[in-house]
Amino acid sequence: MSKTTQAPKALRGVGNFIDDRFHLAKTGEKNLRKVFPNHWSFMLGEIALYSFIILLVSGVFLTLWFKPSMLEVVYDGAYERLQGVPMSEAYASTLYIDFEVRGGFLVRQIHHWAALIFVASLVVHMLRVFFTGAFRKPREINWLIGVAIFGLAMVEGLFGYSLPDDLPSGMGVRILQGVMLALPLVGPYISMFLFGGEFPGEDIITRLYMLHVLLIPALLLGLIVAHFMILWHQKHTQYPGTGRTDKTVVGTPMYPAFAVKAGGFFFFTFAVTAGLSGFVQINPIHLFGPFTPTSITSGLQPDWYMGFMEGSLRIFPNWFDIAPFGYAIPTAVLVPGLIVPGLIFGGLALWPFIEQWITGDKRARNVADRPRNAPVRTGVGVAGITFYGVLWLAGSNDILSETFSIDLYLTTYIFRVLAIVGPILGYIIAKRICLGLQRRDRETLEHGYESGTIQQLPSGEFIEVHKRSSDETIHVLENKPPLTSTALSEPEVDDKGVENPKTRKGPGKLRLALARWYTKDNVSLDDVEPYSGHHLHHSVPEGEKEATH
Amino acid sequence: MTKNNANDNNEAGDTRPDRVVGTPKADERVVAGVPGAPHDEHDGPYEASETHVRPEEMQRRGEKVASLWFVLAFLGGIGFLVSYFLFPPNAAGEPAIGHPLIAQYSNMLLGGTLTLAMFGIGAGMTVWARQVMPHYEVHSPYDELPSSDKEKSSFGEFFMKGADESGFTKRPLMRRTLILAMLPLGLAPIVLLRDTGPLPGDKLKTTPWENGRRMYVEGTSRALRPEDLENDPNGMISALPAMDEEGHYHGISLDDQAKSVIMLIKVPEGDWKERMTEKIEGTDETRLNWTHNGIVAYSKICTHVGCPAALYERTTHRILCPCHQSTFDAADAAHVVFGPAHRALPQLPIGVDDEGYLIATGDFTEPPGPTFWDYAKD
Repeated sequence: MSKTTQAPKALRGVGNFIDDRFHLAKTGEKNLRKVFPNHWSFMLGEIALYSFIILLVSGVFLTLWFKPSMLEVVYDGAYERLQGVPMSEAYASTLYIDFEVRGGFLVRQIHHWAALIFVASLVVHMLRVFFTGAFRKPREINWLIGVAIFGLAMVEGLFGYSLPDDLPSGMGVRILQGVMLALPLVGPYISMFLFGGEFPGEDIITRLYMLHVLLIPALLLGLIVAHFMILWHQKHTQYPGTGRTDKTVVGTPMYPAFAVKAGGFFFFTFAVTAGLSGFVQINPIHLFGPFTPTSITSGLQPDWYMGFMEGSLRIFPNWFDIAPFGYAIPTAVLVPGLIVPGLIFGGLALWPFIEQWITGDKRARNVADRPRNAPVRTGVGVAGITFYGVLWLAGSNDILSETFSIDLYLTTYIFRVLAIVGPILGYIIAKRICLGLQRRDRETLEHGYESGTIQQLPSGEFIEVHKRSSDETIHVLENKPPLTSTALSEPEVDDKGVENPKTRKGPGKLRLALARWYTKDNVSLDDVEPYSGHHLHHSVPEGEKEATH
Repeated sequence: MTKNNANDNNEAGDTRPDRVVGTPKADERVVAGVPGAPHDEHDGPYEASETHVRPEEMQRRGEKVASLWFVLAFLGGIGFLVSYFLFPPNAAGEPAIGHPLIAQYSNMLLGGTLTLAMFGIGAGMTVWARQVMPHYEVHSPYDELPSSDKEKSSFGEFFMKGADESGFTKRPLMRRTLILAMLPLGLAPIVLLRDTGPLPGDKLKTTPWENGRRMYVEGTSRALRPEDLENDPNGMISALPAMDEEGHYHGISLDDQAKSVIMLIKVPEGDWKERMTEKIEGTDETRLNWTHNGIVAYSKICTHVGCPAALYERTTHRILCPCHQSTFDAADAAHVVFGPAHRALPQLPIGVDDEGYLIATGDFTEPPGPTFWDYAKD
């Protein structure tokens, strides 16, 4: 390609046709030139987007045959083992998709796998955003949209899981109804209205179907589009590096390189989903049998993203159940059903604003934090993961009990302790690791990196040779953002010895305390000159520095 | 694109990068010339200084590899179509996907070929982007998001003038009546949902069990006799009220099944615990009066969130709900001994009729199923 080629006539024709009507040449070029910073962790959100597309396409295919009806029929389809069994039309039509529609089994598996991957990639994407501080100004609103997408995706998944009306899926609906009933005052009403009467009634599948294929996907689609428009407008965050600042983004342009890479990545995502669907069977509803409210099987497990709810229902004890004036308030259902998800989603939604309040940081941040450089945030994130992870594991305590031959009730006690101790330990350990890494950064900046080469000095002493780090590393380390809070820069007492009224009590005092908690122990690299200690070739205790040379 | 939008300053070509980044890595293999180095004479859509063109040899090899992947993808796609027509859909044809094993083969073939087709395209495109296309490290400014003070105050002034002119702020009567007019309409969608279901009434508190109602083994129409429990190896039988309503398989609706299903358990004499012999409030009866010949009947629906508490351990008389592991003691009025359930499983009073069949002697005295706020109120 030595000189610019003239666009082919047909393309010019189409281009002119569109431009004459929309005036798009300038905007189009600007957007095709859009820059995408390169990092593998930016592909996590892409996986979520691509699985959502796969979900839409495979879901449309499934609606061609699925009948969202609870009318009882006697099965006489191609799957012999269930012939003559009474079941709902929903379950029978799902069997039809599996055993009488070619490729139906595969598409159902793709739909289910894509749902699992969708929520999983959402979660990992959110963790990336959290730990790198990419939710900070100006991206708080997009973070909130992300939290909403996560919440809706869970509900969407739960409802989809319920539609085939097989035994485990019906039991999921039953648990949902049980949690609903526990709500004080309104519980029985909400349950009656949602189910069109008692459980299971005749309406719930039809209603969940509407929510699953129309209302929630429309909301999700709207939120995802908004998420992308905001992302597009504000541009990506980027990791620190030479030339990358809060003012300038560095990366691959949309056209042509990023478009081809992203397109290829879509096909990879689809390939993994299709491969899993072809060879790793999931939710074989024909083996579970139709739902009846009177039967159950042991070892039931929900889809992974509902595991933490299941776990908290399992381990939260009934010790706090109260019955004022004879009215039952089953906290053993209400806390896991409302408080736990409220804590997790509420905490996620509020964190950017809490952090901003603590630090008083009102600047636009386009360069992502390295997680170690915000030790408290990283610690809080790890505490959150630990809490979620313990509840999630507790959701399979019966399987764990059987697999590892541990007493079932003992696993419950262990998880109860872990749910409280785990997050605290997680916070402390993660924060200490961050501080350790910060100290290593400081040492790398001062001395270069340990090369692994051992030298013997004429004096007989052995030393390890330090080598110079790359310019990129030095740039990143030198530009470590300071961790401060405006609350700390306000004087606590004025020159007359009077306490600052702002921080004396109430929110101001709390903010000051939180600011101290947020910033203390942080290792500053500000006073370090690169390689100020590199001629030492090895680290020696502070006191011996002079003696060594 | 309005002219006064100062934020829109990143139009293509408007700005030039301040400096060059992305110098080649030292470990990159040298094929011809200086690979990955900025090509000053390069004529692409982006600044030559930001473009690192791949060496011709690498591009040529990349083209071959990418094409190989695309051919594989094509074969995968053809394989997918062939796999589709390989298996007829209905049971008449052989081999039909109605058979689980054949369905599995069909699934693997379709899934495998689809994976190959997708993976081939993905891999080919990746090779294309990484070996044929130049590598770019392009600079672009982040937009300054806040508008200038001038723009903000201009907007504020314009907006307030408009609001004043419209009279919305100045004429409160009109504004308030408009809000008033909206209120009933806002309620309408909620009111419209009223008919989605009946009011709870006593629906959650009553079941089809009544004095004299026989019981069927769950899933059959065989009425139970006390002797059935003697012979049962599990010591536990699930049962439903004997009803023969039209239009329901097994003669009973799912709603009624969900609340009236019971477990009949034979407890050996002497194993009963104290809660069975305590006087029931307001009566002279004990819970032992509600049993027959060592047979006790409890609601099978867990009082936690409603799973069937179906696991019974004969030696300890413990009933375990497999969902959340609430555990009830069958010999002790189904009292909760472990887990999150709020209250004991309701006990159904039972006896036998003249013909020796097991019957209920009344309904549950407490609602079966998940606990709700006013379950204990009449």
